[in-house]
Amino acid sequence: MMNQALKLSLGPVLYYWSRDDLYEFYQQAAQTPVDTIYLGETVCSKRRSLRTEEWVDLARELSRNTGKEIVLSTLSLLEAESELKTLRKLCENGEFLVEANDMAAVQLLSSQGVPFATGPTVNIYNAETLKVLIKQGLKRWVLPVELSKSTLHQILDALTDEVETEVFVYGRMPLTLSARCFTARSFNLPKDDCQYKCLDYPDGRLLSTQEKQPFLALNGIQTISALTCNLLPEIDELHQIGVDFLRISPQFRHTDKIVEAFSRSIKGETTPDIKPFAPLGFCNGYWYGETGLRQISTSSR
Amino acid sequence: MELVCPAGNLPSLKAAVDNGADAIYFGLRDDTNARHFPGLNFNEKRAAEGIAYARSRGKRVFMAINTYPRPDGWQRWQSAVDIAADLSVDALICADIGVLEYANHRWPELPLHLSVQASSTNYEALQFYFDNFGIRRAVLPRVLSLSQVKHVIENTPVEIEVFGFGSLCVMVEGRCILSSYVTGQSPNTHGACSPAEFVEYRETSTGLESRLGGLLTDRYAKGEQAGYPTICKGRFAVGDDTFYAIEEPTSLNTLALLPQLRQAGIKAIKIEGRQRSPAYVGMVAKVWREAIDSSLADPDGFTPKVEWNLALNQVSEGATTTLGPYYRPWQ
Repeated sequence: MMNQALKLSLGPVLYYWSRDDLYEFYQQAAQTPVDTIYLGETVCSKRRSLRTEEWVDLARELSRNTGKEIVLSTLSLLEAESELKTLRKLCENGEFLVEANDMAAVQLLSSQGVPFATGPTVNIYNAETLKVLIKQGLKRWVLPVELSKSTLHQILDALTDEVETEVFVYGRMPLTLSARCFTARSFNLPKDDCQYKCLDYPDGRLLSTQEKQPFLALNGIQTISALTCNLLPEIDELHQIGVDFLRISPQFRHTDKIVEAFSRSIKGETTPDIKPFAPLGFCNGYWYGETGLRQISTSSR
Repeated sequence: MELVCPAGNLPSLKAAVDNGADAIYFGLRDDTNARHFPGLNFNEKRAAEGIAYARSRGKRVFMAINTYPRPDGWQRWQSAVDIAADLSVDALICADIGVLEYANHRWPELPLHLSVQASSTNYEALQFYFDNFGIRRAVLPRVLSLSQVKHVIENTPVEIEVFGFGSLCVMVEGRCILSSYVTGQSPNTHGACSPAEFVEYRETSTGLESRLGGLLTDRYAKGEQAGYPTICKGRFAVGDDTFYAIEEPTSLNTLALLPQLRQAGIKAIKIEGRQRSPAYVGMVAKVWREAIDSSLADPDGFTPKVEWNLALNQVSEGATTTLGPYYRPWQ
């Protein structure tokens, strides 16, 4: 399976950024050596810096101007009919591949018979599940972040069908979703009157233990890791296992430099130090089948 | 409305049956179900005894195989499905697509329920499982308000079961990996959240500390009741405040909503707590039986009796309860 060169993707922006910040970010992203860009709101339907139509317009513009593959990402936790309505619009766009982040999108896409991708919040833990979804039109899947290289290896070994595999290799990891908005809660505000506090935390709001250990980051109804997952040193291994795409999850600053480092590493060039871009530190435990927040040092492997 | 009660062992199953459960759910003694705790659950022989006991009294029995197998465990999940078929349980409660596919293909007569761990919160997702595996019922995650639950029911061919009482997951079930982030084990992979083997209480000069996998989840003042260090119920620092940043230790109790739940078209109410004692199961079953019967007899005049809520509070986390997501302002 390994022979193709690894490709780089830019995951959807998990945070609530302003309209200007989003446009600026994608203008810059267009210049980076990523092969694929995932666009769209995946966390909270109250975030409307860009309307659904504007996301699709942006997809068209990026596709036309960069030649990169553009994928439309969809909401992960759907509760209201209005959210399903937006989801239907995206699933019926007729132009771009759609990333399902909930089984609702899998249903809408597979029942239309169009190929689709799944993001890290669609639970694919074994080859049997993959086979069912491939029959439904699954073209690409992202490994759930808690699964290890050994599990991935076993899954791909048991698979004869054609599917592209993507791994979340860089960024604060999405860990969970809730009906409750924890950013609003941290300001003692109800979700229905959240005052869009997420706008003030473009990388999430830090949550620490009582002994000041940085632990999680609150991102509205989503909770993510405070530490940044980084599998840059594991690139050869990822390639050998048969991974096709490496996903870099956008952060507010320096995403272009991180993409650059991964791109150089793929080409076998020396990579710049990216530690300064993750001030709270790195973790890679899940990849090694360990506790997610651990950092297994590359030298002790 | 069916009352579905938990059983972590045979005495609990009998307590549930004797106190008014319509159906009982259980799991095997391994990681194929989401209450994989030491000393808990059933082997085949015990399960057969329990099923016979329940059946002879007109009750139904469901088996949960509701975790997510990874390739090296696949055969264990497959054999659990075969065991359920041999036991001819009244329904199998599953979450994983691969497991559902196997069960539906190998044992087409075996009724399938979609577990809360499948994380399906809307009717389009349910439609996927209905179309592909013919699920008859789904248990909804504890994230929807009552009007949202009603909307799902109006748009799905699948029977809907909701949680009525017990420990409250604040996160959407089946898509929370806080536990493995700290311990390496999650409900999806190991069938346990914040497993006991990682729990530690330390007496320090500043008071008692609770830790999970070494991570400090809370500190307790002298005389303060220490809770179980489930991550989402710890006290953490955000900005300048240290507080229950995610959720206070509390349990879900929807007794007061019974008439509305029935009116919404809910087919079954689930009680959480396979890890709890037979006394808990018996008491909770009894209260809910009485409450359901009384709400059926007089839906308009129904109010929960004080003694019901007192009894339920006594066995609740933090001795308090909440309507949780069903009540919009909680969100």
